[in-house]
Amino acid sequence: MPDMVSSNKKTFEKSPLISYVLHLADTNLILSQRNSEWCGHGPILEQDIAITNISLDLLGQARIFYQYAAHLTPSPSPQGGEGSNPVTEDSLAYLRKEREFKNLLLVEQPNGDWGQTILRQYLYSQFQYLLYEQLQQGDDEQLAAIAAKSIKETTYHVRWSSEWVIRLGDGTEESHDRMLKAIDEIWRYTGEMFIPAVYEKQIGIDFNKMKEDWDVKVNAVFNEASLIPPSGGGAAVFMQTGGKTGTHTEHLGYILTELQYVQRAYPGAKW
Amino acid sequence: MPSTIDKKVLYAYLEEIKDPEVPVLSIIDLGIVRDIKMNDDELEVIITSTYNGCPAMDMIATAIRVELTTLGFKKIKITTAISPAWTTDWMSEEGKRKLQQYGIAPPDKRFSIPKDGVECPLCHSANTRLISEFGSTACKALYQCNDCKEPFDYFKCH
Repeated sequence: MPDMVSSNKKTFEKSPLISYVLHLADTNLILSQRNSEWCGHGPILEQDIAITNISLDLLGQARIFYQYAAHLTPSPSPQGGEGSNPVTEDSLAYLRKEREFKNLLLVEQPNGDWGQTILRQYLYSQFQYLLYEQLQQGDDEQLAAIAAKSIKETTYHVRWSSEWVIRLGDGTEESHDRMLKAIDEIWRYTGEMFIPAVYEKQIGIDFNKMKEDWDVKVNAVFNEASLIPPSGGGAAVFMQTGGKTGTHTEHLGYILTELQYVQRAYPGAKW
Repeated sequence: MPSTIDKKVLYAYLEEIKDPEVPVLSIIDLGIVRDIKMNDDELEVIITSTYNGCPAMDMIATAIRVELTTLGFKKIKITTAISPAWTTDWMSEEGKRKLQQYGIAPPDKRFSIPKDGVECPLCHSANTRLISEFGSTACKALYQCNDCKEPFDYFKCH
């Protein structure tokens, strides 16, 4: 029933709330997947456990966002036929294509060394904390509830990752140089967090305020870490965008290939 | 099927279900059972997760279903509530006592993640230090006692 499939797709694309919830879910899922690559490879056992714990928190958050997105998606017609499978948290995570993913470009970037992973986590967690602060006051009850529950976890992530940024930035010459290199690699993906996509315009988030607060927090941590953000001197820095609307860097395809492999190779396989 | 429900009795049965990751605590001690309701002929149990990613939730929901089925309930619905967010304030005093005896320092309202001063559950010294904010499960942090030298888990105040 091709008609039904295309009309479902229209509803799907046209709902700004569903797109926004998917954007939040995808971002958490992809960062969770990236961090989980450290499992068994962390610099010491305690930090291996820490990064994978964060990975688990992000996966848990991704799940409740996907569950909400599935709940918001109209059910397919009971007559059956192609495209009649119900939308679930699993179908959203495992069966959407690269161009349908709306995650931030920042979180799909490779782990690099420990410093680059830490920096990515800190820049994102600091953003996520400010975002949840606003969402928990927002009009959408479910998003407010998810934010209020998740911000407790994000508080840990911000503290842990900021301490590491300071430890490495203000550590040895080697660790300091590596942090500078990490900034060079990923700073260009941070601007996207504060540039609203079309579907974000009615969500009620004050992006300018979030950007101002983020700058203050990041500057304070960088200052303690003897690091200077590229925008520190007020110069305009080129920022890469596209992730929120499905135009990704080359890395996402590889991540999804691994993440979705089992469901693609054995459709409907259950644990 | 029982025609009326006595919540107190049901809670007593649910007390038998332990958290698979901290088996000394029941789901009642943890405060994750929020309510029990009878909607016509359906029994609804409302639970909440501790941390969003807690992998024990599915096992706990299954255990509740099994327990209630053996009590004779035919229609059982288990609802997971997100709001209000779970907090360690909901842990029973009995639960905190059991944790301590089990060798896990219970959550202390005075501080969330102190660098030191958490009472060692083994020798009761306060001369302890934080090793890592993240422990063997999402809800715990890792400490070591400077006196008896034993490492121990602290159930984070959340």
